[in-house]
Amino acid sequence: MIEKPRGRPLTAEQMKQVPHVIARPKAQYAWAAGVAMSHFLEGLKQGKILGRGCKRCRRVLVPPRMFCERCFRSTDGWVELPGTGVIETFSISYIDTDANRIQDPIFVGVLAFDGAPPHCGIMHYFGEVTADEIHIGMPVEPVWKPEGERVGAITDIKYFRPRRDA
Amino acid sequence: MDLSKRRKDVAIVGAGMTLFSRRLLETGKEMSFEAAKMALDQAGLSLHDIDAVIVGSAPDAFDGVHKKGEWLLDGAGGVHKPYMRVFTGGGTAVFAPIAGWWHVASGLFERVLVICEEKMSSCQPHAQSAFAHIWDPILDRPLKPNLVWIFSMEMQRYMHKYNVRYEDIALVAVKNKRNAVGHPCAQLADPDITLEDVLNSEPMALPVRRLDISPPSDGASAVVLVSEDVAYDLVDEPVWIAGVGWCIDSTMWTNRDLAFPKFVAKAAKMAYEMAGIKNPKEEIDLAEPYDPFDYKELQHLEALGLAEPGEAAILTREGKTQRDGELPVCPSGGLLGVGNPIAATLGIKVGELFWQLSGQAGPRQVPGDPAVGVAQAWGDLMQFSSVIVLRRHS
Amino acid sequence: MSKRDVAVIGVGYTSFNSLTPEVNWKELMFEAAQKAYQDAGIDPRKDVDSFITCAEDFWEGFSIFDEFTPDQLGAVLRPMHTVTGDGLLGLANAYMQIKTGLFDIVVVEAHSKISELLTYEDVVQLAFDPIYEAPLSGDVHPYYVAGLEMRAYLEATGTTEEQCAAVVVQHKRAAFFNPVAEFEAQLEIDDVMGSGYAFDPLKRLEIAPRADGSIVFVLAGGEIARRLRGCPVYLEGIGWSSESPWIAARSPYAEYAQRAAQRAYEMAGIQNPRREIDLAEVDDQFAFKALQHLEALGLARPGEAGPRMREGAFGPEGEMAVNRSGGSLGCGHLLEASGLARALEIVLQLRGEAGTRQIKDARVGVAQSWRGVPHGTGAVAVFSRRD
Repeated sequence: MIEKPRGRPLTAEQMKQVPHVIARPKAQYAWAAGVAMSHFLEGLKQGKILGRGCKRCRRVLVPPRMFCERCFRSTDGWVELPGTGVIETFSISYIDTDANRIQDPIFVGVLAFDGAPPHCGIMHYFGEVTADEIHIGMPVEPVWKPEGERVGAITDIKYFRPRRDA
Repeated sequence: MDLSKRRKDVAIVGAGMTLFSRRLLETGKEMSFEAAKMALDQAGLSLHDIDAVIVGSAPDAFDGVHKKGEWLLDGAGGVHKPYMRVFTGGGTAVFAPIAGWWHVASGLFERVLVICEEKMSSCQPHAQSAFAHIWDPILDRPLKPNLVWIFSMEMQRYMHKYNVRYEDIALVAVKNKRNAVGHPCAQLADPDITLEDVLNSEPMALPVRRLDISPPSDGASAVVLVSEDVAYDLVDEPVWIAGVGWCIDSTMWTNRDLAFPKFVAKAAKMAYEMAGIKNPKEEIDLAEPYDPFDYKELQHLEALGLAEPGEAAILTREGKTQRDGELPVCPSGGLLGVGNPIAATLGIKVGELFWQLSGQAGPRQVPGDPAVGVAQAWGDLMQFSSVIVLRRHS
Repeated sequence: MSKRDVAVIGVGYTSFNSLTPEVNWKELMFEAAQKAYQDAGIDPRKDVDSFITCAEDFWEGFSIFDEFTPDQLGAVLRPMHTVTGDGLLGLANAYMQIKTGLFDIVVVEAHSKISELLTYEDVVQLAFDPIYEAPLSGDVHPYYVAGLEMRAYLEATGTTEEQCAAVVVQHKRAAFFNPVAEFEAQLEIDDVMGSGYAFDPLKRLEIAPRADGSIVFVLAGGEIARRLRGCPVYLEGIGWSSESPWIAARSPYAEYAQRAAQRAYEMAGIQNPRREIDLAEVDDQFAFKALQHLEALGLARPGEAGPRMREGAFGPEGEMAVNRSGGSLGCGHLLEASGLARALEIVLQLRGEAGTRQIKDARVGVAQSWRGVPHGTGAVAVFSRRD
């Protein structure tokens, strides 16, 4: 039984007035991308989507890794995918990364790549599409940044857009 | 029977929690102390009687304190004791008492104190800034994601695959925020909330709207666990931990079907097997699934085997999950109603089951003298779940 | 307590390096895990019941590092969790899980990828109390606490600075015989004494340099271990304890280690550690800590570890082998994996797999860990060979 719960709630105004210490953590990291992701990022620079194949479970792993987590063995080789895919799920976001409200919503979601088994895909933006037409199962294709602007990052793809031919 | 494998039965003999609030004056250490004191008082024990302390708290980034467990140590009563922190993101709320269970069931300790604490308001301007660091630095972070995105994508997939209507999902938020009216620690209780309020609340990342989400919160909770050898010395009717389970899915969240949380089903299977539960729908009297978002309660009920995939929404619409329904779900008011201080939700999951099964839930008491309950938490990048089954013997 | 015993059926480890830019942390862990499963002769996807990793968010740079752990250990869709503590605390949880009978085989992993943290000092600083302690530290390197604790230890026990320097000489020499160690060196006491004060009385060379690496242990119930390995190394006892988080409230005698050892010895049935223990691996993040910890473990009386270290009593020709692995001073400090590195050496020695540094007839060994500045938490594990 909770007799009388303890704790003193503060209003936003009171919060500013109680004694407090302000600190900004200085924590900086330089993560090694690793064998698999380094190759993947190089591929993006060249306008390619690369996966790793596992012979045992016959999956193409995208994002790629050097080991298959299902079979617990090293993966077998690189596979280039066409880059097209279908929307697995999506969201229309009215908030940015810091929870600030934004006027023009962001279309974001997960796509599954063609040429890979179900659910092998990545998160990315969707563009050139309206809220009315976007749907799960919609065929999409990547819109790449111009070659000279690509740096080997996931943002070398600007977004995925509906395949009007499909 | 292999006697060398025999484990001790473990009982909960006390629970405590602080207010859950958007901002509390108390530090993490002070909140831990308040919750621990209440749990110890209820068990009729003092810190001196405690053999080991287990602590749970979610990201260190909220406080900006490295090795947060070590920092909380004195507030949690861990000085000069074996002190252990386990961490499974949001799953910690139900996982810390599971770690407490094995401390006692192994026979190493007789009386342990489990404390979960979270102070999200220290992170300014918003706890979201800490969540920015949960994403993969190469694949996800360059896209500047917001944590809500992942939930809305999961919710969208869930609705699509099982043909679930948003109006039914929103009813969960209505139910839990109303249930929370009976909870003395609640942050967002609202006796008058309607379905329209949820449907018309601000769009965050559609399909998720403001009132589909539980609020960030400060708070702490604690439970006291003891072995069968001392349980009856302390209380007349202990509540027993009948089953525990936990499971983690792959880090590669974009390689999973987000519609059904397989890892919850696996964790539940483990806990049910240990508890000897064959038909959860019939054998379980009440449930406290993790409800940081309204659709999560439904997904979790389905993975816990308490509804078929897609069916939980219908049970909700029919009122079966109300406090006086066939299967009361989140009678505490849940995270949606009481608040979501991540790990500290121990108090509204395991704590609530304890109070319910021992008939101490006051205005929240579920009718029908419940004897078996299941609590569940969920965490990491929508990939981890912990499940606990509690049972009253008589 | 349940009578079931617990044994080590497999170990795997990478080499310990100051830089590992060629792999990410997942690939590093995968290597150690693969080796451990091969050593144990098991398939993690079928045979392992539970997985534990030991990690702290700020070392890794993630808000919930637990997310990034299952795949590379073979733990997908299995029970797995993080212990925010060092590797011996991970072993403690595995031990308890097996004792309950719920699980038969449990895996424990700990690692360091600390070369990727660019602001190590600042992150250690974040472990201080943000209200009382952090503002006092200003821009001073947080290891000043080690200087304070060393002075308190020297004053309380009469240990000399030269005796502390002797620890560095011995451990860095031992590292020549450990193929995975990174910081071997042929030094004399004068070299250490002349290396300059970092935090008076602590010298520069008395601070363990940091290294990357991953270590995986596979533990099993005794009856399974005997079936799989015949004659495994047993985890006979494990204890852990914490002192106050406040620096000012701690004793100069490493009470956390005393209490942890007391529990571990009691479980292992050890009454006279000096006589019954053949080899020890103690935490030596700072040279004086090795001496303080040896005393806390009852392997020397207070004030006695220093002179005995100086005489060579803990060296290759001495009466008790200490840190033949090279310790953190010789191998590199592996953050939360340092405790497992100490335990790893004990297991290799008891198995007779320690190569050119093998100790003869080793039967009982003790490994000890400390979580580092500014904390007072540590663990002790006792291992044995029963044949």
